[in-house]
Amino acid sequence: MAKKVALMQGNEACAHGALYAGCNFFAGYPITPSTEVAEVLSNELPKVGGKFIQMEDEIAATAALIGAALTGAKALDATSGPGMSLKQELLGYACIAEIPCVIVNVQRGGPSTGMPTGPSQSDMQQAMWGTHGDHAAIALSPASCQEIFEETVRAFNLAEKYRMPVQLQLDEICAHMREPVTFPEPGELEVIDREAPTVAPEDYKPYDDSQGQIPPLASFGSGYRYHVTGLNKAADGFPTTKAELVDAEERRQIAKVMDNLDDILKNEEYQLEDAEVVLFAYGSTSRSARYAVNELRKEGIKAGMFRPITVWPFPEQRVAELADQAKAIICPEMNLGQMVREVERVAKGACIVSHIGRVDGEPINPGQIIDRVKEVL
Amino acid sequence: MAYDYEKSIRPGKLPHIWCPGCGHGIVMKGLIRAMDACELDLKNTAVVSGIGCASRLPGYLDACTLHTAHGRAAAFATGVKMAKPEMTVLVVGGDGDGTAIGGNHFIHACRRNIDITYIVMNNSIYGMTGGQFSPCTPTGAMASTTPYGNPDPTFDISKLAIGAGATFVARGTAFHATQIDKLIAEGIRHKGTAVIEILDDCPTTYGRRNKFRSVVDMMKRLKDIAVPVAAAAKMTPEQLEGKVLTGVLFKEERPEYTEQYTQVIAKAQGA
Repeated sequence: MAKKVALMQGNEACAHGALYAGCNFFAGYPITPSTEVAEVLSNELPKVGGKFIQMEDEIAATAALIGAALTGAKALDATSGPGMSLKQELLGYACIAEIPCVIVNVQRGGPSTGMPTGPSQSDMQQAMWGTHGDHAAIALSPASCQEIFEETVRAFNLAEKYRMPVQLQLDEICAHMREPVTFPEPGELEVIDREAPTVAPEDYKPYDDSQGQIPPLASFGSGYRYHVTGLNKAADGFPTTKAELVDAEERRQIAKVMDNLDDILKNEEYQLEDAEVVLFAYGSTSRSARYAVNELRKEGIKAGMFRPITVWPFPEQRVAELADQAKAIICPEMNLGQMVREVERVAKGACIVSHIGRVDGEPINPGQIIDRVKEVL
Repeated sequence: MAYDYEKSIRPGKLPHIWCPGCGHGIVMKGLIRAMDACELDLKNTAVVSGIGCASRLPGYLDACTLHTAHGRAAAFATGVKMAKPEMTVLVVGGDGDGTAIGGNHFIHACRRNIDITYIVMNNSIYGMTGGQFSPCTPTGAMASTTPYGNPDPTFDISKLAIGAGATFVARGTAFHATQIDKLIAEGIRHKGTAVIEILDDCPTTYGRRNKFRSVVDMMKRLKDIAVPVAAAAKMTPEQLEGKVLTGVLFKEERPEYTEQYTQVIAKAQGA
């Protein structure tokens, strides 16, 4: 039988990807341009016995998300920039309490209300540094509707596997463009469920690192009684201010991501083998960059593209290699300089790093990129 | 025989952090008796709190306990209950946590009539942060941020809950210790949002700034201002001046939120 193919928006693809991953809980608060994620799930979740709740505000949505996730639910929340700002405290809570959940941020223009229907990629640093305290972050930035579907599944998988919140960094162009999406068959994409504890309930400690870097998380109501808090804590989940325990907890929660980069990082390399100029581009901007590479190649200019799909943690090692290989790395972004900071930091002056920023609500077009490449070379 | 509180307390977690004379321990004992009376299975009971002195209570209970972020307890609890309606979900916290930063979540939990029991320990002050005024600090009272007396009007938590749609609202005091369990138990048994306001005392940050010379003075105040609902019905407005009604203040039957959602699921599935 032929696979199901549907023409749909990125936001709709996100909602369907979530369902494929086993999402059975959505809590959110309406904000443009993310609303279709909620709208689709309000319709689809009850069909599969899942729950949809529209909360009273953005903070409440994230609180409900974490509460539901603690009962074992695969929980999703979708928002846009200003909503994400409100969620940041509880994102930090989910980091320190190590609660698996997925939050979609469909980025829009400007700080505050800015340009609510205009595209941007201006929350890229917020995805890493928005919440307080030292923590690791995983954020994914897909570039097509098909990829949004698949990366939403991967976001859930990473959340469940690493027991932490994972962010999907869409931009408004990807979220609202329509493309055909081929639905994978059940089993075609890997779906990971969190590990349940095997110890007896009386021996269970939710943060016991003797059980590995990522201790299993018991669901509330599954027979295990334990304590969850946003305070620094010992293995049993109870608050501690003992220096060595706090230090170990903080470091473990960052190490569980940084020690598994091979599993977490994902990127696309396009025409990079002999590239003298590398376009570092992600999300919708990468589509203009790909077009630019093709045009430049026609003129004999050795251009290529590096497209991080996992944007956090930052793909340091590969970008450093590309900086050594290329004459220049050019970063087109719909912001005034966010991921280019990381490229500059990692390149350490090994090549020219140039930025193309645009914040007027218009996409970066291939001509702009081509012109800059010719200027730089 | 003395009541055995320890069967509900997590081994090794006492003594608690509360100051001598604080009423939170009295409330915790009442809550334990209530949970016992309702025969709650602690494996299927989530006790959720926000931040502050009162919000440390769940940690002492041998249940599924969730100490969250300032003000957000009701929203976390909503997520737990919505995702797993078969769990009993209790929220405990202070007046500032519940009605200032958490005010929005508090009223919307009441509006939904989701089956959670919210116990507000109203000691009229922010205790853990050192005695700043809360929305429940009496006008004119002294707090660390009202050096000239509190200029703000105060919230009546029970009235707020009734107005917002809670279907069971009761009020007790830390002085009337033997009544607390009955009010909480009735709240737990009630299907829908139950709010139990317990007038509490904070001798450390409220009492000493407001000329209560001892814990006994603070407890005496609770004793003096409390008037049971039935007694109040026979009193004149003059006699009720400065008094606070206690007992079950409001009760009605209205569809519960998670039950309503099962109908949404049935509809979506073509029933």
